Amino acid sequence: MAVADSDRSLELQQSGAPARERLARIWEGEAGLRGWLSTVDHKEYGKRYIATAFIFLILGGLEALVMRVQLAGPNKTLLTPEQYNQLFSMHGLTMIFLYAQPVLSGFSVYLFPLLLGARDMAFPRLNAFSYWIYLFSGLFIYAGFVLGYGPNDGWFNYPPYASMRYNPGPNMDFYAIGMILFGVSSTAGAANFVVTFLRARAPGMSINRVPILTWGTVTASFGILFSVPAVSLAFFLLWTDRQFGTDFFNSGQGQPLLWQHLFWIFAHPWVYVVVLPAMGIVSDALPIFCRRPLVGYTVVVLATVATMVMGFGVWLHHMFATGIPYLALSFFSAASFVITIPSAVAVFAWIATIWTGRPVLSTAFLFFAGFIVMFTLGGVSGVMTAAAPADQQLTDTYFVVAHIHYVLIGINVLAVMGGLYVWFPKMTGRLLDERLGRWNFWTVFLGFNIAFLPMHWTGLAGMPRRIYTYPEGLGWTAVNVVTTIGAFILAAGVLLLLVNMYVSRRHGAAAGPDPWGGPTLEWATTSPPPTYNFAVIPAVASRHPLWEGSLDESGERSSLQRGMILDDGKEMLTTTALDAEPDAIQKMPPDTLAPLLAALAATALGAAALLHAWIGATIFTLLLFAALLVWLWPQRAMGQISEQAHV
Amino acid sequence: MPTPADPAMNYLEAFGEKAEAISLLTWALLILSIAVVAIIALLTAAGVTMRRTSLAAEDAKREPVLRPSGGLSWITVGVALSTLALFASMAWNAYTMAAVNRPPRAPALTIEVIGHQWWWQFRYKSDDPAQTFETANEAHIPIGAPVRLEVRTQDVIHSFWIPALGEKIDLIPSQTNVTWFEAEKPGVYRGQCAEYCGQQHAHMAIAVVAETPEAFQAWRVAQLHPAEAQQGGLIEGEALFQARCSACHTVRGTLAGGKLGPDLTHVASRLGIAANTLQNTTATLSGWIADPQRIKPGNKMPTLDLQASELGAIRRYVQSLK
Repeated sequence: MAVADSDRSLELQQSGAPARERLARIWEGEAGLRGWLSTVDHKEYGKRYIATAFIFLILGGLEALVMRVQLAGPNKTLLTPEQYNQLFSMHGLTMIFLYAQPVLSGFSVYLFPLLLGARDMAFPRLNAFSYWIYLFSGLFIYAGFVLGYGPNDGWFNYPPYASMRYNPGPNMDFYAIGMILFGVSSTAGAANFVVTFLRARAPGMSINRVPILTWGTVTASFGILFSVPAVSLAFFLLWTDRQFGTDFFNSGQGQPLLWQHLFWIFAHPWVYVVVLPAMGIVSDALPIFCRRPLVGYTVVVLATVATMVMGFGVWLHHMFATGIPYLALSFFSAASFVITIPSAVAVFAWIATIWTGRPVLSTAFLFFAGFIVMFTLGGVSGVMTAAAPADQQLTDTYFVVAHIHYVLIGINVLAVMGGLYVWFPKMTGRLLDERLGRWNFWTVFLGFNIAFLPMHWTGLAGMPRRIYTYPEGLGWTAVNVVTTIGAFILAAGVLLLLVNMYVSRRHGAAAGPDPWGGPTLEWATTSPPPTYNFAVIPAVASRHPLWEGSLDESGERSSLQRGMILDDGKEMLTTTALDAEPDAIQKMPPDTLAPLLAALAATALGAAALLHAWIGATIFTLLLFAALLVWLWPQRAMGQISEQAHV
Repeated sequence: MPTPADPAMNYLEAFGEKAEAISLLTWALLILSIAVVAIIALLTAAGVTMRRTSLAAEDAKREPVLRPSGGLSWITVGVALSTLALFASMAWNAYTMAAVNRPPRAPALTIEVIGHQWWWQFRYKSDDPAQTFETANEAHIPIGAPVRLEVRTQDVIHSFWIPALGEKIDLIPSQTNVTWFEAEKPGVYRGQCAEYCGQQHAHMAIAVVAETPEAFQAWRVAQLHPAEAQQGGLIEGEALFQARCSACHTVRGTLAGGKLGPDLTHVASRLGIAANTLQNTTATLSGWIADPQRIKPGNKMPTLDLQASELGAIRRYVQSLK
């Protein structure tokens, strides 16, 4: 980060048309394909993240529908066992890795600078890089699937079935290398969120005045930074086991259980990574439609952080049946009960916000109200699996499949859909259609519950997970038929959302800057916002800058029209970590192809490693370094040396 | 043969001391969970209906923003009640964990369970080597006595699970896990591999036949017998079996001593074949021997392209192995 001492005269100015024109000249990138590829604008990448994640959601959904047809009756033969196993593995990893976290990154990448009153993320080029390498990691894994070498050992990928001996094809190598690339993406993204959160807030936006979504995202980002190394390492070691005969996870010198520890010490925190920002969406957006601030801001924030911290102490509850010692079993079982308490804080905060507010029943609000109930259902079925003896019955049955879908659809998808109804107008300038929205909500909500509520029973009736077919006479047939019907209704609901977005993007009602009367800074700028987000750097005096007029709780007022303009170049204000006092002026990078090229080179390096093409691997490593050199090469426009020379 | 109690895999109804303690805990948590969801759903629905405005979404901003007090008490009361319920559940959980951890009496029997892709090997252990024997996919146990299980695997991870008799236990390479179960009533209890183990994970079922101690003793004595010498029409079948099947299968008392597949010494007395994928009848047995890859695609038993007469001879021989 290039930081300049702000020894220039920084007068507070009104934003006028000439200033806007100057800022637009400074911030707007090239048009055309080159501009599209080289932009570093966070709003572009936010939308790309969301669009890409939705494409993966559709792919994962289609995979699920094919499986549901296979399971609609006993002894069906639509799929071979191998096809089924690849489909359930792809479905799981697509939804958990390629949809659930990136879609939330999309919201956060788009909204972070707007919520915080900044002009971009702290590291715009890193932002571009994490998007591109996410896209390429997804394409990499799907390339294996399309070539007939899809992963076939589930998203959890337990050795020794994942080892060379039992799985000699390149299926697992596509998955292992793809996941290492994906880990680079989520780690880079997380680092960017943390620094942006700490240093790019508008002056006055002290750390107890930021929107909950940013707390959820930054908490999840810390989770990523501490958990992803475990899984990246595990996949790397698995790859060396497979390709070079090391013995980390085989049953010779190694330990198959080591994989499970490394995997779940990552994958349990990951559950919170894919729900905490979604809970943040609800905590920020539900109050808009209840026409009051969220009840219990401080306790909700503390609960968010507490969940993540405890989330690192419960991974063993995924392994209750592996024969671990009684003492460990007791500790992890108890910890898994306790982690429910912070979630209860959030649920009662939302309910209190509804009861003490005046809800406007928009489509978004319906999604959030539905979310609260589904969140609770997914939560209590989780509590059941916290009880070790009960879990040793429930685990690996459809009960857990039902549970994970209430978590991922209930807490992630419903919040995302509601969030789209709230912020799609900000992103496009047009409102989503409310009439179609009602149909969208009810189809999704009913389809989801028809599919997955009976699935709890399927599990209690003893149907194991991951079986490509089942016999007659065990009481599983009828519930499976209902689930299949529900799955297709749910799919129709998702389709309605896509139709709504497609139609409304062209023909929706104009949104204006603030269609819902929201409290936070993004509603202070136009829809869609200009490239530079805000013409003047806002100064914030409360948690709800746009509601100060009605709440009138202190004499202070945020200043949104008058402030620093910073138009001496591509510049952004950085502030101190806790109090958000102005600290420095950050020079922002121009558009560049370097992140894209670095991501391409890294992916090509992965492909060369997969093929054992070591010369190619060497070349791509050099190209990766070349791209990083271009990226990091000192630029006069971003340096403060010349400026200091003036002094 | 005892009458099947309940061939289903439902574990809310239990048939042994251990499984009963677990199913009681499961029921309690289930009822509590349903109550919690009902309360939250009602609170949410009532809040939405009673507090709603009549404004359309686009007019949201016409409703004034206020900050009524009193919200925080919702959190205080709600979280306090949730915490109480959670700690009560935790206490019950700890009690159940302790109760099912060890068998209440000394086990009457130790069975070694060895998982294979995709079948089960059961070795009845004894201090006296002459009392040790093996069977596959179908285990018999006496009622009213705890049975000790030592589980391990020959290849990948599997999980041994008889829902009506207790919880599942994983079979992990390079370690032996120990657990126990007990059946109260005679019956056939179905189980199935519960940890994903590859292509035929779906077809890896277990039958546990619980019977009176006398019936169990009779079964045990019968299992200890090697196969009887064949005569008459079965000699051809035995020769063909030894030529085509003995590389993988053992029939004790004959030259067939293969270790890759299930021990077939008393296969004809078992309820099912192909890891209980099919009932053991003349038709299913013929179909299985003729083309196992059609029934369980990917399983380790090759399709041998037998002539019809060879197939019949082998099938008749196998059916004689009672």
